[in-house]
Amino acid sequence: MLTVEDLDVYYGAVHALKGVTLKADAGEIVTLIGANGAGKTTLLRTISGLVPPRAGRVTFEGRDITRMPAHEIVGLGVSQSPEGRLVFANLTVEDNLDLGAYRRKDRAAIKSDADAVYRLFQRLLERRRQTAGTLSGGEQQMLAIGRALMSRPRLLLLDEPSLGLAPLLVREIFRTIQEINRGGVTVLLVEQNAHMALSVAGRGYVLETGRVQLEDAAARLLVNDEVRKAYLGG
Amino acid sequence: MTEFLQQLVNGITWGSVYALIALGYTMVYGILRLINFAHGDVYMLGAFFGFYIARLTGAANDPNPLRAAGVLLLSMLGCGIVGFVIERFAYKPVRKSSRLAALITAIGVSLLLENGGMLLFGADPKFFPQIIPSANVPLGMGVSISNQQIIILAVSVALMLGLRFVVLKTRVGKAMRAVSYSHTAAALMGISVDRIITFTFVLGSMLAAAAGVLVALQNPKIEPYMGIMPGLKAFVAAVLGGIGNIPGAVLGGLVMGIAEVMVVGYLSPTWRDAIAFVLLIVILLVRPQGLLGQPPAEKV
Ligand SMILES: Nc1ncnc2c1ncn2[C@@H]1O[C@H](COP(=O)(O)OP(=O)(O)OP(=O)(O)O)[C@@H](O)[C@H]1O
Ligand SMILES: [Mg+2]
Repeated sequence: MLTVEDLDVYYGAVHALKGVTLKADAGEIVTLIGANGAGKTTLLRTISGLVPPRAGRVTFEGRDITRMPAHEIVGLGVSQSPEGRLVFANLTVEDNLDLGAYRRKDRAAIKSDADAVYRLFQRLLERRRQTAGTLSGGEQQMLAIGRALMSRPRLLLLDEPSLGLAPLLVREIFRTIQEINRGGVTVLLVEQNAHMALSVAGRGYVLETGRVQLEDAAARLLVNDEVRKAYLGG
Repeated sequence: MTEFLQQLVNGITWGSVYALIALGYTMVYGILRLINFAHGDVYMLGAFFGFYIARLTGAANDPNPLRAAGVLLLSMLGCGIVGFVIERFAYKPVRKSSRLAALITAIGVSLLLENGGMLLFGADPKFFPQIIPSANVPLGMGVSISNQQIIILAVSVALMLGLRFVVLKTRVGKAMRAVSYSHTAAALMGISVDRIITFTFVLGSMLAAAAGVLVALQNPKIEPYMGIMPGLKAFVAAVLGGIGNIPGAVLGGLVMGIAEVMVVGYLSPTWRDAIAFVLLIVILLVRPQGLLGQPPAEKV
């Protein structure tokens, strides 16, 4: 469904991704773990068309999207909940979800999709007329994910959805991610919480300073010595 | 009292013109964090477009409201195109560069429009034709309003309500608010950020054109440098209201217009231009985010 081949990305002189190759098959949850500054966000930004790569190729459902503008990539069915959430702080929860469906015209279906998001995240329902800036961090994360679902993606990119959340909420978010995936959405999950990420994912990649160091079934990465040492606290 | 009320009527009229221009500054700033210094010159072009259109269409010789409306709309259209061209060929190429580059570009465009105007229209002032027969309408208590003032007010209010509708109720308006919050987040919603920026420039330029034509109804003398002062003052009005804030631009414009008229009426006409800068200094000292602006949010 998604393939990334030999991707090279630079920020000025900083070589952020060095020949990254990975893929996600339809229906999978794939996770990408790695330390701060490894290039995880950069990879998601490049897939979404926010950063132009210097070399390499990104395809989605067989289509080359490497240099496609970001807003068109959303239209193809790739959606992202970005690092830092970036919810529209001055707009209500409702308006945020509405913007997630910006490219769609089917009013009735948009409405029922918003209802589906409220079922997924019930706290958002009570706060639908509240501005997003007044939500708690966890609620903002839910909104960011819900908003990303509003474009009806077939591939969902999640950048550290558990960041800054209390353990109970982290569990809830990961359960919801699995639920979304069961609904037929392929998920590429970037996480620092390697343990949780590898428990919900089928496969995983380990990114170190811009390079894929390891790739394997998530279950095997969970017991891999190097991974345990570096990302699972021994 | 009569005198005061009369000044107030004049001030509100004048202020609504500042508000129209200030809206363009504030919208572009909201979306690009760019101060479009050429905006006052687009207002000048609006007056000149109106001048030539009135001549070409015969509105100059046959004053009637329908033709006058045509002049207004065509001039707005012309400036909309100018706004499009300025954005596309001057600002867009430097959008990814530094803020300083954008600022220098803005000043360059401004100089280009002023001197291009000199070249095209000549240095001698032109006189805007009377496209509406003038008349005075008494308001009671000795206060009166000219029908030109009524038109200025009515058209400004209608345009502002229209803008309010676009920004708050339409899809493109929602996209504008999204882009002004974050280009990245907006793009991830599937919004074409480039297209929204273009739209914003066109919209702002059209409002400035309307202001140019409306002012020329009352002060028919037009010349290529006529945009500098009103542009500067409208910019101050935008800062006064809180730059980036649309209701703020309207409020700032009104305060500016009223202040200016009152200063001329009660203090001295020589203070006419100074008051804008007094207001600017005061607001920057007392409430730098502007009357309706939010204090800069703490970044977490
Ligand atoms: N806009 C930018 N300009 C310059 N360098 C950047 C920029 N964004 C990221 N980088 C650099 O690129 C590298 C990869 O950054 P990236 O944000 O992709 O890492 P990450 O794996 O997401 O890290 P984290 O876990 O902290 O979010 C880092 O060295 C970072 O400093
Ligand atoms: Mg990151």
